[in-house]
Amino acid sequence: MVEATRRRETGRARTVAVALFVAVIAMYALTLSYGEFQISLPDVVRSLFGLPTPAGVDYIMHDLRLPRASVSALAGLAFGLSGALFQQLLRNPLASPDVIGVSQGATTAGIVTVLLLGLDGGVAAAAGLAGAVLTALTIYALSWRKGVGGYRFILVGIGIGTVLTSITSYILTRSDVKIAAEAMIWLTGSVNGRTWPQIVPLAVALVILVPLALILGRTLTGMQLGDDLATAFGVRVQWSRFLLLIIAVCLAGMATSAAGPIAFVAFMSGPIAARLVGGGRPVLVQAALVGALLVLVSDFIGSHLLGSRQFPVGVVTGVIGAPYLLWLLATANRSGRGG
Amino acid sequence: MPDTDIRHRRAVVLTTGLVVIAAALAGAALLSLAVGARDVPFGTVLHALVNPDPNSTNDLIVTESRLPRTIVGLLAGAAFGLAGGVIQGVTRNPLADPGILGVNAGAGLFIVVAISFFGITSLTGYVWFGFLGAAVTSVLVYTIGSIGRGGATPVKLALAGAAVTAALISFTTAVLITDVDAYDQFRFWQVGSLAGRGTDIAVQSVPFLIAGALLAFYSARALNALALGDDVATSFGQNVLVARLVAAGAVVLLCGTATSMAGPLVFIGLVVPHIARSITGPDHRWLLPYSMLLAPLLLLIADVIGRVVARPGEVQVGIVTAIIGAPIFVALARREKLAEL
Repeated sequence: MVEATRRRETGRARTVAVALFVAVIAMYALTLSYGEFQISLPDVVRSLFGLPTPAGVDYIMHDLRLPRASVSALAGLAFGLSGALFQQLLRNPLASPDVIGVSQGATTAGIVTVLLLGLDGGVAAAAGLAGAVLTALTIYALSWRKGVGGYRFILVGIGIGTVLTSITSYILTRSDVKIAAEAMIWLTGSVNGRTWPQIVPLAVALVILVPLALILGRTLTGMQLGDDLATAFGVRVQWSRFLLLIIAVCLAGMATSAAGPIAFVAFMSGPIAARLVGGGRPVLVQAALVGALLVLVSDFIGSHLLGSRQFPVGVVTGVIGAPYLLWLLATANRSGRGG
Repeated sequence: MPDTDIRHRRAVVLTTGLVVIAAALAGAALLSLAVGARDVPFGTVLHALVNPDPNSTNDLIVTESRLPRTIVGLLAGAAFGLAGGVIQGVTRNPLADPGILGVNAGAGLFIVVAISFFGITSLTGYVWFGFLGAAVTSVLVYTIGSIGRGGATPVKLALAGAAVTAALISFTTAVLITDVDAYDQFRFWQVGSLAGRGTDIAVQSVPFLIAGALLAFYSARALNALALGDDVATSFGQNVLVARLVAAGAVVLLCGTATSMAGPLVFIGLVVPHIARSITGPDHRWLLPYSMLLAPLLLLIADVIGRVVARPGEVQVGIVTAIIGAPIFVALARREKLAEL
């Protein structure tokens, strides 16, 4: 009986993952083909493979839409996976990197490099990553007390995040208003006008980190039982948790460098994936795909469906995410999972 | 009766403490009038206050720029301190703070709407919007944070606050992206500063602050009862719901007004009641007046530090308080018995 139930759950998880993957590919294709200048799907494919296409198609594809669609999908994957890892490691559906200060670390580092030091591109990406890792290590060290309790980590993270936010605000008051306004768009999360040097580091990071996360993530089911039981089952809890946390932090940091801290993607993806799959099991692959889908769809809405004005993707995810967030907070608290 | 004797002596000690803090506050106010990009001698400060000479630059700096700033610092500081004491008492939560709970972000969104949609450009105009935003958010965050088992626990409240803050900031950005002029004004409010606030702001806010302070002191006894738990408070004849509502009204009035005046100052309302509690113990009838005097003291000192560290420019007071307050927040979060106050 138990065996049969488990098989059915695994089957459903697999079906959801495949369906999400198909949806991501479809949305990716739509982003490439739809716009002021329509490109037919056959032309999209021909251009991708370097075959001859009508005039202008190659430019629009390779310089504008391909970077945009790629950074959306990649950043979405990274945020989704990172959020799901955080939520499961800290055993709290509300504890995602954007809520507990890690994304703020990447953001502040990015703002410092770009606005104060005048650097960008690869250096800014490295700075974002370093900022996220440094912030997370600080939070980890400050919340260490014979091990890292989930609640302490969350609270210390919120405190550190608040300071980082006020440092960012301070730097913004010291810049020219035009530059500050541009910085604000990045601070919201935007996939507009990205170039390959900004995207490639993220892609490389994903190739390395995603398999690692999925292999280590197998121990997550054990950790969800709580430290005592998990230790009894032979999971070296603190060590696995630390490694997974670092992976999650790197994912959030890289994605933030490439696309800015797109609001709520890390926060929403895990719970949405969990609802789609059901059964209360870790849903890392599904969460990553939900993240990619969220960013692609939100960017499509922001650039084509809100009248003549284009909004950065972070505004759309924020506005979609807010009511969902309130609902999630209320239900999580009611069932006692919110803390 | 030795018991009354001890209580009497304690009252004398605590009253003396209040007088000492008030004297320190007067000193800090004098410092705030004298120190800055251009230092003014103390003698000149006093002279400028009593008998200002319209042709003297020093006198003008003191009366036109530093005096309003100091008054706003005194008022906003007192309001944040008092509000912090009440909010921690009523939520029985040692980490309650208007910044952490999202009240600032709520005020921020409403102020942006005022600037952008209603074209209000004067601080006196959008103060009221900030006030409304603070009120709406406090209610929202507290309601969400107190659903479920254990009521408003530190973690639930902090998470509700952080999450609602993130949501409000998205909406704020959505408005600001379409309006560079509004953004230019907003970014200076957002950082939290006492600079450039006129006396008219202070005068307008006084009625609200007095009302808030009266409600706060009125609820001191009720907060002492609530500290024993709702059941015990009820058995003492305390109407728990009414007590909570009165206290919440005080918090909204004080935080909303202070945030509109000085911007989102984080950690002041958090840190000061803890310092006060270490002097007075848990009795809110002493804790609240101490918080009310200690907070402006801290705020004015932080403001003076901000003026000195980056001469000839200055670091806004919000940054200074954030950097002073964060280590204390972390230390509190590390405490074993977090939920107990």
